[in-house]
Amino acid sequence: MITAERKPLEELMEYIKPFKRILLVGCNECVTVCAAGGRKEVGLLASGLHMAVLKSGATIEIREHTLERQCDPEYVEELVPMIDGVEAVMSMACGCGVQEIARRFKNKPVFPAVNTKFMGASERQGVWSERCQGCGDCLLGMTGGICPIARCAKQLMNGPCGGSTGGHCEIGDDTDCAWALIWERLKALGQIERYVEITPAKDWRPGGGSGPRKIIREDLAE
Amino acid sequence: MRTESKLEKVLAAGHLAVTSECGPPRGSMADKVIEKGKYLHGVVDAVNVTDNQTAMVRMSSFAASVLLKQQGHNPLLQMVTRDRNRLAMQADILGAYALGIDTMLCLSGDHTRFGDHPMAMNVHDIDSVQLIQMVKNMRDEGKFQGGAEIKNPPKMFIGAAANPFADPFELRVLRLAKKIAAGADFIQTQCIFNVDKFEQWMEGVRARGLHKQTYILAGVTPIKSVGAARYMKNKVPGMDVPQEIVDRMAAVPKEKQPEEGIAICIETIERLKKVEGVAGFHIMAIDWEEKVKEIVERAGLLPRPQV
Repeated sequence: MITAERKPLEELMEYIKPFKRILLVGCNECVTVCAAGGRKEVGLLASGLHMAVLKSGATIEIREHTLERQCDPEYVEELVPMIDGVEAVMSMACGCGVQEIARRFKNKPVFPAVNTKFMGASERQGVWSERCQGCGDCLLGMTGGICPIARCAKQLMNGPCGGSTGGHCEIGDDTDCAWALIWERLKALGQIERYVEITPAKDWRPGGGSGPRKIIREDLAE
Repeated sequence: MRTESKLEKVLAAGHLAVTSECGPPRGSMADKVIEKGKYLHGVVDAVNVTDNQTAMVRMSSFAASVLLKQQGHNPLLQMVTRDRNRLAMQADILGAYALGIDTMLCLSGDHTRFGDHPMAMNVHDIDSVQLIQMVKNMRDEGKFQGGAEIKNPPKMFIGAAANPFADPFELRVLRLAKKIAAGADFIQTQCIFNVDKFEQWMEGVRARGLHKQTYILAGVTPIKSVGAARYMKNKVPGMDVPQEIVDRMAAVPKEKQPEEGIAICIETIERLKKVEGVAGFHIMAIDWEEKVKEIVERAGLLPRPQV
């Protein structure tokens, strides 16, 4: 999933300062799963903003709505009946959702309420970590199902650097050395010959090196 | 001979090679580079010039290498993949070779987290193995990484690093093999304090015949104080300083500690000379260049061979 984290209240207060009526929009997809911007968080943030605004001696009306999927134009249309009554939108979706609202409602300012972080997985309750950088040319088949692009701090493609210690990355003990993990996996799978092969310099074009990316599926595109 | 590199000539003639390093200053002082270099004249076969080591901004390795070249040194240009993409690195390799620099060391570099610009983006367009491959293809195939032909290809003698003390230990020989397969002509190792472990690694190296496919220069560092020994033992990732070294430094009074550090360094070199497959020494006397001559001399490695 795409993970996100709520921005500090102070930053959000700065955004909404000029407005009396805003629409706070959540998303029922990734940001719900990572507890950053789903229905529950929309409710919590709305009351938090209310209290903070009241405390500052002003007033604000906050409408709440959570879309099924904010990165999808079909669902964003649901906001049409609500949009005229507000001066601005605050989105609790990832950056894709924020931009979809900006695209659809040309005359409404839209502000992000979360910082979009990374594509990751849940490690345990309340802990998510990065797993994929969307390089566009997946090499997990060569690396035992563990990604050195996303999980090695130096994106090394040919083995661990000299700072790998006791299974930890040189940047800190709370980060696993991706290559220590890969090596253990390759051993367990009886595929250590995979390590010996040199992985040549990567073509970063599919990974964003050639500019903003797009997928066009001729069989589906209208 | 693949290149005109003095280091290659020394190694090819079968001499134990000696290299040392010069860390460029954190400012644009040419005189500082020249001053550091003075201590190494006639003492070493090549001078490593570090590239933003520990991820701290310094005068570029390229510029400091040129300054040293002008003073008659044989600079060994270090290049990390952390700070530049493949275009910038190839451009510098062409420029360096055009200015008479024919020896380099290919590294990934310390993470920016440790330096004075932790907010910077790490580049890592390619990794150190891919950098070795790129420099070799530039030299032997006369081709840029992108495939186009190079006019007057740079003939670099290509070095790589090896750390026998990092984990997973069993992978360390294979990692070396990979660097050699990519094109590493010579290797400079991490500082060796734990000679037993280094010997164990070298057994693995010899078992695969890797010492015959590349020249391995054993890295050594004189320790200035017991504080420095403890710091390296506890704080530097991938360093292996045995407790007995710390204890030995702690057992002598503070003013005698530098002398003790140098004695340990020389004893280490003597032990390493007996290890089959060691082709020379890389003496990393960090901000202590003035002591390199004494170490080389007392280790019986002076005068340097004329090749």
